[in-house]
Amino acid sequence: MPRTASKTTKKRSKPYTVTSSDTDPVPSASSKTKKSAKENDEKYKLFNKYANTSSGVIDPEGIEKLCSKLKVSHTDIKILMLAWKMKSERQGYFTKAEWRRALKALKVDTTKKLKKALPELEKEVRKPLNFADFYAYAFRYCLTDERQNCIDIETICQLLDMVLGSTFRDQVDHFVDYLKIQNDYKVITMDQWMGFYRFCNEISFPDMTNYSLELAWPLILDNFFEWMREKQA
Amino acid sequence: VQESFGNQSFRMERKTIDLEQGWDYMQTGITKLKRILEGLPEPQFDSEQYMMLYTTIYNMCTQKPPHDYSQQLYDKYREAFEEYINSTVLPALKEKHDEYMLRELVKRWSNHKVMVRWLSRFFYYLDRYFIARRSLPPLNEVGLTCFRDRVYNELHSKVKDAVIALVDKEREGEQIDRALLKNVLDIYVEIGMGQMERYEVDFESFMLLDSASYYSRKASSWIQEDSCPDYMLKSEECLKKERERVAHYLHSSSEPKLVEKVQHELLVVYANQLLEKEHSGCRALLRDDKVDDLSRMYRLYHKIAKGLEPVANIFKQHVTAEGNALVQQAEDTATNQAANTASVQEQVLIRKVIELHDKYMVYVVECFQNHTLFHKALKEAFEIFCNKTVAGSSSAELLATFCDNILKKGGSEKLSDEAIEDTLEKVVKLLAYISDKDLFAEFYRKKLARRLLFDRSANDDHERSILTKLKQQCGGQFTSKMEGMVTDLTLARENQTSFEEYLGNNPAANPGIDLTVTVLTTGFWPSYKSFDINLPSEMVKCVEVFKGFYETKTKHRKLTWIYSLGTCHLNGKFDHKPIELVVSTYQAAVLLLFNTTDKLSYNDILTQLNLSHEDLVRLLHSLSCARYKILVKEPSTKTVSQTDSFEFNAKFTDRMRRIKIPLPPVDERKKVVEDVDKDRRYAIDAAIVRIMKSRKVLGHQQLVSECVEQLSRMFKPDIKAIKKRMEDLITRDYLERDKENANMFRYLA
Repeated sequence: MPRTASKTTKKRSKPYTVTSSDTDPVPSASSKTKKSAKENDEKYKLFNKYANTSSGVIDPEGIEKLCSKLKVSHTDIKILMLAWKMKSERQGYFTKAEWRRALKALKVDTTKKLKKALPELEKEVRKPLNFADFYAYAFRYCLTDERQNCIDIETICQLLDMVLGSTFRDQVDHFVDYLKIQNDYKVITMDQWMGFYRFCNEISFPDMTNYSLELAWPLILDNFFEWMREKQA
Repeated sequence: VQESFGNQSFRMERKTIDLEQGWDYMQTGITKLKRILEGLPEPQFDSEQYMMLYTTIYNMCTQKPPHDYSQQLYDKYREAFEEYINSTVLPALKEKHDEYMLRELVKRWSNHKVMVRWLSRFFYYLDRYFIARRSLPPLNEVGLTCFRDRVYNELHSKVKDAVIALVDKEREGEQIDRALLKNVLDIYVEIGMGQMERYEVDFESFMLLDSASYYSRKASSWIQEDSCPDYMLKSEECLKKERERVAHYLHSSSEPKLVEKVQHELLVVYANQLLEKEHSGCRALLRDDKVDDLSRMYRLYHKIAKGLEPVANIFKQHVTAEGNALVQQAEDTATNQAANTASVQEQVLIRKVIELHDKYMVYVVECFQNHTLFHKALKEAFEIFCNKTVAGSSSAELLATFCDNILKKGGSEKLSDEAIEDTLEKVVKLLAYISDKDLFAEFYRKKLARRLLFDRSANDDHERSILTKLKQQCGGQFTSKMEGMVTDLTLARENQTSFEEYLGNNPAANPGIDLTVTVLTTGFWPSYKSFDINLPSEMVKCVEVFKGFYETKTKHRKLTWIYSLGTCHLNGKFDHKPIELVVSTYQAAVLLLFNTTDKLSYNDILTQLNLSHEDLVRLLHSLSCARYKILVKEPSTKTVSQTDSFEFNAKFTDRMRRIKIPLPPVDERKKVVEDVDKDRRYAIDAAIVRIMKSRKVLGHQQLVSECVEQLSRMFKPDIKAIKKRMEDLITRDYLERDKENANMFRYLA
């Protein structure tokens, strides 16, 4: 999981609301108390398997452990998707409430069941409406500071590869190449991040015939476009 | 002849007049009339004859039925004309041709009108009651209609051909009978009986076609053979002649149509070939200053829709080319020569650009009659080349330097007051063409600061005058800082007087050196880098003393000393004779070190003064390697290096008693450009916020174009720069993109 991101001292806001689809039916009053108590027990037991006993949260070490049990790399997008599902706020850490939220939504209470649920989760996240939200979440998740609102180029390159690599391989490869050689920007903002997603979805690639410099594409994409054109010439 | 006739003393028993009988009588009158018209010897009608004829009609119309013969008489009235026309008039016309036919026609028409007039008087009674009762055409109309239907309709085509042939004859230079043509064409008009249709359809349309083809033929040969000026002269002449033609015999309504045709064939069809003629076309005329020909060209094309556009275009291209040539010339000279002569060339360039502007403004006003199209062309041309860089200097900088040269003492321009005023006026006008006006303002401000602070301003009135002109042209905001600077100087003088008074009252505070301090209001003056040099103790005391004084006047103000702008007068006690040295504060600080030590190394000086290498090298160079060697450098190489050492040059002397040791100024250009770029970023931010605050939601393209428009008074913002600022504002939560449409932006309150 990408960890580093750069600091800037600016106003911080959350323009992109993070929601996850909540498919839980509302259980009846009576069964809720009996059943949920038992369920919660299971979830907490599972939580405690991975949590750091002193801090009371699952820390990066615990996540590593979880990953190895799930047989996924900790840089696998599915872990990020899990974080999204639980609305995790801090990169590298899962709180009890967050953990419970995810497991409840996925209807699992063991590691084995969790492992089985991951492919389903991926399918759900990849639905267009959810994916846009997930994509924005991915950016925010990497910000390590309240006051921060942009991420350094290196981290962005990794994040892009993880999040969009499977669906927009071509675009990501070229854009990452560009990001590495350009000097105008040392960090990427949320607006630029979202702009690239729009770019992948709307602009035919690599011809980019429907791209226009007259429109409100972020400047970094204008520069990317011009760089691509020069290369193609 | 009236009706009261019946009340006369003739108390005749009115006998009923039989139709045939009555008509026979009328025929005698008609025959008489015809004879008169034919020019046969026949006396005129006398009043009795006239009355009898009239009365006959009257009686025949007022008889009791079945002897009221109004209808029959009405018919016979017309038949009289028809008979005459068929038997006499038409044959006479048909046997003639060309001009003879025309004359005959005029005669016959005239006769016919007379006949109508007389007969309608005889038959007048019918007009009074009969025609109204039966809603029939009146007698006059019946008469004219006969001629129209029988004569005109037969002949008008032949007549038209004959007329046109004469017109063309006249065009070829032959004399023709203009009065005849006028009379013939009047027939076309009159026969229309109130409508111009007959004239227009039966004559004018053919005449216009013929004229068009006539001039088309002429134009096609003239355009090959004649030069542009000659062709234009001929065209002007032709148009004049055609207008005269209308005045003499064509109907006035034909004028605009005829002129349009002639213009079209001569000027519109061949416009391109004419204007672009290689050695005599518009370009050549401009090149050779052919003012008269260009005026003619304007006059000719002015009345043609969009006719002036190609002319204005060529004018614009020509002026642009001339301007570009001047710029290129200056560029070439600059690269071929040393730096200081190059700047003279740049001044020459501005002069030449002013002259170019003056020259072509005269063209716009005189040749081109102040037409907006040409004002626009001139403006656009100047905007193209006035924004080019020459030898690394932007036009904004060149213009500011030019002003500096005029306004400073000992400047390269030696002019009378009037000439200076005039030049300043023209310079300000040129500023209108420069898009980076804010850059000009900044360079101007920097140079103004130098003039004011080093007392190099030649004339206060001129300084104020140009500020007034700049204010008029660019608004108060443009000049407010500069005006503040000038005011500061005035206040500074007053302040200095108080300071001297203070010193007088506090002798203990006196630093022992004559000290003049100029206090500048931070916002008005350009920003200066100033760093803490270790001042010599004498100067430290000065600073303290002034601070003490200043605090008595105002608290809550912070004084930041800018030693880089200071001047110092030192007495150099040289062996041969003492010489007063006028140096900068920094140079003074260096020299004063040698009061306590004879020899100092570079590093000694560096540590003692706490300066940067760059600055120290500059200072030491000015004192040891330039024109006046106050210090002796060891080794005596041409440049200063960090291993050198320096000694006071006691042997120094000069024939003057006081010398000024200049410090070459640091290149301000880079800093000015940086400062202006920074200000522009703020200006763009402010403009975007201002626009979005009022519009709340706006599309990207509109926002950009409004931004450009708002800022255009001071500079031409780069579109990328605007985009960058917008993105920054998004990051700072002033704006956001619309959720549905990424090309729309919303203002976030």
